[in-house]
Amino acid sequence: MTHATGPDLVIFGQEVDDPPFPAFAAGEPSGRHRMDQARIRNFSIIAHIDHGKSTLADRLLERTGAISERDMRAQLLDEMDLERERGITIKANAVRIDYRSADGAVYELNLIDTPGHVDFSYEVSRSLEACEGALLLVDASQGIEAQTLANAYMAIESGLEVIPVINKIDLPAADPERVALEITSVIGGDPDEVLRVSAKSGAGIDELLEAIVHRLPAPSGDPGGTLRALVFDSYYDTYRGVVALIRVVDGSVSTGTRIRLMATGADLVVDEVGVRRPAIEPTGNLSAGSAGYLMTGVKEIDLIRVGDTVTTTDHPSDTALAGYAEPKPMVFSGLFPTDGDDFERLREALDKLRLNDSSLVYQAETSRALGFGFRAGFLGLLHMEIVRERLEREYDLDLVATAPSVQYVANTADGGRKVIQSPQDLPDAGSLLSVEEPYVKVMIITPSEYIGTVMELVQGKRGEMGEMTYLSPERVELHYRMPLAEIVFDFFDQLKSRTRGYASLDYEPDDYRASDLVRVDILLNSQPVDAFSTIVHKDKAYVYGRAMVTKLRELIPRQLFDVPIQAAIGSRIISRETVKARRKDVTAKCYGGDITRKRKLLERQKEGKKRMKMVGSVEVPQDAFVAALRISEE
Amino acid sequence: MTVAPDDPGLADEAHDWKSAYIHVPFCRRRCPYCDFAIVDESATSVDHRRYIDAVLAEIEMEDGIGPLDAINFGGGTPSRLATAMIGDVVDSLAQRFGRAKDAEISIEVNPEDWSNEYGAELVAHGVTRVSIGAQSFDGEILGVLGRLHGPPEIERCVESARDVGVRSVGIDLIFGHADESDHSWTRSIDRAFALEPDHVSTYALTVERGTALAASIEAGAQAPDPDTQADRYQAFLDTAAPRGLARYEVSNHAKSGHACRYNLATWAHAEYLGFGLAAHDHRWGTRARNHRRLDRYLEAVEAGTRPRIATETLSASEQERDRLMLGLRLAAGTPITSVAATFLASDGGARMAEHGLVWERDGRIGVTNLFLADAVAREALAVA
Repeated sequence: MTHATGPDLVIFGQEVDDPPFPAFAAGEPSGRHRMDQARIRNFSIIAHIDHGKSTLADRLLERTGAISERDMRAQLLDEMDLERERGITIKANAVRIDYRSADGAVYELNLIDTPGHVDFSYEVSRSLEACEGALLLVDASQGIEAQTLANAYMAIESGLEVIPVINKIDLPAADPERVALEITSVIGGDPDEVLRVSAKSGAGIDELLEAIVHRLPAPSGDPGGTLRALVFDSYYDTYRGVVALIRVVDGSVSTGTRIRLMATGADLVVDEVGVRRPAIEPTGNLSAGSAGYLMTGVKEIDLIRVGDTVTTTDHPSDTALAGYAEPKPMVFSGLFPTDGDDFERLREALDKLRLNDSSLVYQAETSRALGFGFRAGFLGLLHMEIVRERLEREYDLDLVATAPSVQYVANTADGGRKVIQSPQDLPDAGSLLSVEEPYVKVMIITPSEYIGTVMELVQGKRGEMGEMTYLSPERVELHYRMPLAEIVFDFFDQLKSRTRGYASLDYEPDDYRASDLVRVDILLNSQPVDAFSTIVHKDKAYVYGRAMVTKLRELIPRQLFDVPIQAAIGSRIISRETVKARRKDVTAKCYGGDITRKRKLLERQKEGKKRMKMVGSVEVPQDAFVAALRISEE
Repeated sequence: MTVAPDDPGLADEAHDWKSAYIHVPFCRRRCPYCDFAIVDESATSVDHRRYIDAVLAEIEMEDGIGPLDAINFGGGTPSRLATAMIGDVVDSLAQRFGRAKDAEISIEVNPEDWSNEYGAELVAHGVTRVSIGAQSFDGEILGVLGRLHGPPEIERCVESARDVGVRSVGIDLIFGHADESDHSWTRSIDRAFALEPDHVSTYALTVERGTALAASIEAGAQAPDPDTQADRYQAFLDTAAPRGLARYEVSNHAKSGHACRYNLATWAHAEYLGFGLAAHDHRWGTRARNHRRLDRYLEAVEAGTRPRIATETLSASEQERDRLMLGLRLAAGTPITSVAATFLASDGGARMAEHGLVWERDGRIGVTNLFLADAVAREALAVA
């Protein structure tokens, strides 16, 4: 990974008395938007879920007076309901904090918030590009987790200065000494320099703010040069159009500046620039070193791509900043409206979601069982879950999601290579030479007492053992290569339950390899249901088919006729169960002629069945389509 | 009058009948499965006369319907009332609305309340039909169901009812309690038929919210099993048919000429008046319901106002939906109105017809296996 400002360019502790620019135009409220680069610090917080990142961000805002205690609500930066509910960050965010340091100077701190989940590591990489430093926040009792470590490595590789911070030191189970040793054994440094805070109580926050000012480098772009700003995220505002979050590297950008997006070539005029505190605050100008937002009124998200470089139309720069590769979807799933009439609404909703989530890809797909829908690609399982939940909640859609699958490559007898995103597209065994599947490099950090358990689990998932490193006598970092498809099923849940929640996981794409794979089809009422088809390893096909048929028998409610459920490979039936017909569905009498109550009861019951999808003549509950995810190996 | 109870012509005729329902809420105590509006007299004492006076006053507030083809006293336990009070209500109804030729006057009775005198007086007041709350002929099951009588009282009651000249004698049974065995049920059926009833109602035990039965199941007692209930029902049907009792509604079976008119009228979507606590009333286009709390009911009536707590106005097509929903419970089915035609033309309706769940003939639609009537009605209501 390349970085916009290499570490050799960092000018640490630069004198600030002689600003290269005169102070900015009069008439602006305070001129605070205009800060010498030496007094700017751009940083992000790398943390595992629940290690207290959002609480720390809240505390920093409160301590610096960016937000009054009265306006304080938890997880200020997480604006989506889903983020608050799940306690996670999905979208990046940037917030400006003014901080008066013990040295008497006022510093501009830009906190660039990042998601913490492996699915969004791409977003993390983007956020890191906009920073010179990062806080590595680790829970004082839990220690460092795999995803955090992966992100910390990413920060170090990107040339960021990393300040390790141990949080929750006030908890009874806290062991900051052990955790400090663990951190320094992994990323180097002196355990005594690891900061210790309690974001909850506020202990250590002042020291942390001073460390941000004195240990993190200032930006080092050319304030007088040609404008170059990195678009590190964007979101869509119904009224204002696309809002780009930018980090100005060289030059400056103001309201009215005619800008050019270097990758798309789009020429636009700046409507407004400003910062978030976290409320939006127009500043009229953003100059080298600062981070903030930029609006042009443009509605087409594709004109302002994340990773692009903003320059001016009049004096364009020759060299774009290092961007990023488009994130590749890892997991695919079919999304179908329960009510076929909602197909267009689903399309519109996906189009709108994509405005805020460029990693979401989709194309129309037709299923014999489920009708018209979309095949969507996601960064991972959490991403998939979040998209589905947002579609249902924010767009009031009732959806059927099919079991997630990965992208296979089929080599056919005629020498063709075909990308398979949907199991039903797998050619017949007769015309198939081989099937390749994606492998990933997996890193697992676990307490050493669970090494055996983890090894057993991974081997059952076709994993190949790589390195094993002791982070400390109690904790081990394990490396594997394994098929992504095995992770996509219930690997994460299994890992968590077998290690009592202590192991953590991170993975990144590896290569494609040929495997002995077959497609298991499921037949309901003797009709194959394409949406249930799954590609599995041949050795597991029988067990899978058996488990799937058993699970479906539990999930599919009794109907008015017998429903045979079969699993098949090609024309060979490998398993069979029957959902016996319902035999009684009537109330005996109706109290004193209360017809209204009877009618309402029947209507309510029917309403409850709306979460069923008609597949042929069989009513199938929506969650049956992801039943495969819940087949646990016993 | 020897028309078969499941005759389509009879069902259509019933659509035009006018009935009156009188709710008598008094019970010696509440049965564990019951969620009806009743007054548990083991806990509260209520002046029957005051209640009946309220019913009489309510009757005076109603008009524009009649003559009555059926009068039905339901409960609660109507046999808790002195026969004179029953007589007062019958007379008042007849006077105000008129009484059709061959009108049915029916009353639900508990075996433990019955005596020859009681029965004779009922007949003297015009009662033509009794429904005896037998529920089971298994003493243990009667205990589980919270009933206060034993099998001998049932037998005595049936025989006495016939002796005193009740025209139509019916037995009500409840089946499918988890404690009931196949053997217990077949014995109940046999003993019931040995009494040669004109009418038998068989109700699958339903667990209603808020009842003692529901609470015991929540606490771990076994719930009634729908498949077992289906088996028990079939066992009953297999016995009833050779004895000349035809099933005319989900839970009702009668010999020719003995269909319960009030019952048939309800399912044929006829008009009926409802008097008394929590009674329901149906006049074309309007459904209304009385207060469920006794104090409020009495207050309202004694203040000279209708004791209504809710009314519902229905459009012509909504009434058609109701007629379809109700008619699907009848063995005779219901005429194919435009609403029924819409259902048959829908995907769901067509699928049900295709699987033989719904029949269609002579301009009528019906449910083949009445034990699945709700499944069909649910689908019909959703599309029609």
